[in-house]
Amino acid sequence: MRLLNHLPRKGIFIIAILLPALRSLAQTATKPDHFFHPAFGTLGMLLLLVSIMLLAVLYLKSKANQYISTNTHKKDPKEDEQFSNYIRNLNSEQIDAILTYNRRKKQGNPGGNSDSKNRLLPIFLLLPASLFSVSLLAQGDQNSSASPFTQTGIIITITLLVIPVLAGIILMIAKVSRLLRNSRERRKMEEADRLANYLSNLPDQESLFKLEKRKQALEFRLSNNELSGNLPAEDEKGIINNAGRASALTFVAIKKKAVKRPNIDPELSKLILWYIGTATFWLLFGTTVGEYLGIKFVAPDADHISWLSFGRLRPVHTNAVFWGWASLAMLGLGYYVVAKVSNVKMVGIKRGWWALILINAAVVLGSICLMAGINNGGGEYREYIWPVMLLFGIGLVLTLINFIQTIARRETKEIYISNWYIVSAIIFALVISIVAYVPSWQDGLGETIVQGYYMHQGVGMWFMLFTLGIVYYFLPQQLNQPIYSYSLGILAFWTQILFYTLIGSHHFVFSSIPWWLQTVAIVGSMGMVIPVVAGTTNFIMTFRGSWYNVPGSYTLPFFLVGVIFYFTGSMQGTAEAFRSTNLIWHFTDFTVAHSHLTMYGIISFLVWAGIYALIPRLTGKEPPQITVGAHFWLALIGLLFYTVPLMYGSTLKGIMWKEGKPFIDGVVFMAPYWLWRAIGGTLMWTSHLFFAYNLYKMLAGKDDIDVKEIAIKKIQGNLDPLKPIA
Amino acid sequence: MEWFDNYKKLFTTAFLFFTGLTILVAIIPAINNQVNNAPLPNALPLSEEAAKGKAIYIANGCVACHTQQVRNVDMDKAWGTRPSIAADYAGIRRTDFWRNTATLMGTERTGPDLTNIGNRQPSRDWQLVHLFNPRIVVPESIMPAYPWLFEIKAEPSGNEVLVSIPEAYLRGKAGKVVASPKALQLVAYLQSLKQTKLPDGTPAPEFLYKKTQKQTTGAAQAQTLDGAALYATNCQTCHQASGEGLKGAFPPLKGSAVVQNDNPELMVNIIMNGYSAREKEGFAAMPPVGTNNNLTADEIAVILNHEKSSWGNNARQVTAEEIQKIMDALKQRAKP
Repeated sequence: MRLLNHLPRKGIFIIAILLPALRSLAQTATKPDHFFHPAFGTLGMLLLLVSIMLLAVLYLKSKANQYISTNTHKKDPKEDEQFSNYIRNLNSEQIDAILTYNRRKKQGNPGGNSDSKNRLLPIFLLLPASLFSVSLLAQGDQNSSASPFTQTGIIITITLLVIPVLAGIILMIAKVSRLLRNSRERRKMEEADRLANYLSNLPDQESLFKLEKRKQALEFRLSNNELSGNLPAEDEKGIINNAGRASALTFVAIKKKAVKRPNIDPELSKLILWYIGTATFWLLFGTTVGEYLGIKFVAPDADHISWLSFGRLRPVHTNAVFWGWASLAMLGLGYYVVAKVSNVKMVGIKRGWWALILINAAVVLGSICLMAGINNGGGEYREYIWPVMLLFGIGLVLTLINFIQTIARRETKEIYISNWYIVSAIIFALVISIVAYVPSWQDGLGETIVQGYYMHQGVGMWFMLFTLGIVYYFLPQQLNQPIYSYSLGILAFWTQILFYTLIGSHHFVFSSIPWWLQTVAIVGSMGMVIPVVAGTTNFIMTFRGSWYNVPGSYTLPFFLVGVIFYFTGSMQGTAEAFRSTNLIWHFTDFTVAHSHLTMYGIISFLVWAGIYALIPRLTGKEPPQITVGAHFWLALIGLLFYTVPLMYGSTLKGIMWKEGKPFIDGVVFMAPYWLWRAIGGTLMWTSHLFFAYNLYKMLAGKDDIDVKEIAIKKIQGNLDPLKPIA
Repeated sequence: MEWFDNYKKLFTTAFLFFTGLTILVAIIPAINNQVNNAPLPNALPLSEEAAKGKAIYIANGCVACHTQQVRNVDMDKAWGTRPSIAADYAGIRRTDFWRNTATLMGTERTGPDLTNIGNRQPSRDWQLVHLFNPRIVVPESIMPAYPWLFEIKAEPSGNEVLVSIPEAYLRGKAGKVVASPKALQLVAYLQSLKQTKLPDGTPAPEFLYKKTQKQTTGAAQAQTLDGAALYATNCQTCHQASGEGLKGAFPPLKGSAVVQNDNPELMVNIIMNGYSAREKEGFAAMPPVGTNNNLTADEIAVILNHEKSSWGNNARQVTAEEIQKIMDALKQRAKP
């Protein structure tokens, strides 16, 4: 019915007329079962016809009454009141016309005529038609299969008979309506005549004066300098800065520059830049490996070298982007945030350097080991053997000492929420690693239970928690307004711990780990709605009233995309955990798409946002806007090209598995989706080249020559006029 | 809150909260499983050769694409006769000083599940050819090739295992392909991957989410079975989609006298009991695919009819009843 409403009414009418006939044709095609009494159909049809007629009669009667009453209508005694009401609602042009008329009349030259021909759409004709069509349609639906009228011939005859009857009724109604409308219009015309008469003979000078005043009032306009006056503006307090001048159309939008801030401890600054720099190296390395792996799905014989075979390279990719890229970048940003929100200098820069070296060493050694075929035994994300992971762990312990000592010396009373998230993330990451690498509970299925716990806590308690801490600092700072609700952030913090800790085993739904543990994981996954919705609400509401900042900033789009993926990616995780969805999606590439939506869409985008917000303020150098734009769009579009086809294809593949199709059919089926993945991956990889270039520009780029600055220096004689500027 | 303004209290609370939950949902269940499960009584420990093969399996990250778990859902029936249970993994302990336990259950099934591959594809020759380059036997496969597990020798010594590889896959190198000890160990591991039978009287856990099909009679069911799909699942990896087999490794079914024979008895016998009569010609022994994969008479009948009517073959079509009779007779004969 809803769909039909969108069709033109006339169309409905025709369809409605034809529908019963069509239905009847269909009925004869499939022999009806005699469920209803034959008489029922006939009776219903007759009743309906009668009621339509009755309705038509009632409608016509009421119309006729209206007609009679309008024609016998006498002159309203309150007409003068009505006229003064009309006068009050005149606009200035109309008043002008009256005044002109009155002025001319005094000069003895009245003129002007009224033209008020009304053209009404013949919509009236269609409205009842559509009403009829609706009732007919309803009849068509109710008209059940079995009646003696199932005989096609009879049905058609009746329909043919009904058509002219209905058409007659409709015509009659239309005619009456028009009659009524004509009379109403005539009445209005008469009233207009009287009003014109009244206006042309306005009684006294006073009312003309009133009209004049009214006209002036209506024509009042602001001069636009009521507040400023006529003198040119003078900025005595130096409030206006960076006043731009509209020039030629710019190809690349000019975004807001980073605001100059008090200088940051150069020691800390250097450390942070090294963290971010090495992180960027691992991003390039890890995603180059990832890109190659994606290509291998399309070209499995790309090489035959053992060190580069798929099974060995896959963990190289995942671990390099986890422990190399995301972890180092987060820690680098953390070094800034923890000290900044505590309002003290970072403690233990030296330990920071050691942590940096240890973590980088872990990723270097880990990658070499994996390629050489030395791994921990197959659990995802704990492929590094324990001596390698131990280096990473020591790095975290050193960082934890630094952060806690810094917080202990803070000058603020409260511990800002960012530090809750960041420090807890480090503590939890250490707990997780210890649980994952201590062998006491890893025999048999113990390994699987710990694996489910570890891989998911690694994502949720290390990456997500830490990144949220970063966002709680940088997002309000970039928007220049406080976080929407501090308490929502705290709610999200505790509920994240409560629910996230439970959900690990949802990677092993339907496996031989205890059924109750799987159920706990599924329930926990549903509970994750609370922290995710709380967090997303908090961030989106922090944007409120500042949306205009987004197009003018090159960091906020990264935050926005990250926050959106935080919501969609996490909710997708909840949806994936159900048993019903596991039936289709488990073991397919859907998981791969999901982990990229989250680890890339959430973590990487938010980390990039933080890096673009922080580095210019450490170095005083801005990245080129065009390459930031290229980075953003290639990463976003690449991610969508990567994930959407993969999710679509793997859903269908899961259904094929369920239907019991041969396994190899699923492999053949996925080929085009794997190709799309490789294309999306290429775009993502290209965006990282742009990011690396931007980072280089922020670190070592040359500043644009500031003509004013140079000129001043020249005046001061600090600069030799002939010497080129470096 | 004052409590949260004290960093020691705040972070200790968070730590204890998280660790407490960790103990409840990870450590206690893990220890519980470790203590309360033992390997099945008739489970065979890995042979020395197979254990070395498992190390190769781990080193090359095969778990990235191959699971080793038959879930208790209906679609996983293709991978094993029963769902995997905790006892199946109970015997797996820490690999060595450097490496953790490797249950190798996996989380991705880009390739087939291997829980029961020792039963589903026991042929060593097939596994070796497939490892050298999977596309020799499965043209659509995207599995990596492992040629570094093989050597190409001009004159192999008598006790070395030769693998018959089509020339196109030798990349211009001349000589005989010989399986290295590593390749043989890996295959030994794959051959050892067999689901252990539950002790007599123990009911196997059920496969859940069964397809809600109306129970139909044998004949009607046979009509719904797809011979080509069953052939693809059970036979195609050796005999190929073209029915031409693989020269020097797997005999063709196209134009085969056995397939063309109007009496299906020998064919059913081969499917149910395996076949090694043509090893002298260089063909690999055929495993008892029908027995290994629990094929029913209906399924065998449609597979036979597919083979008997494809690739130019034109033999008499068989019925499920006929096959059932032969299968019963074979079982009778097998009994001592």
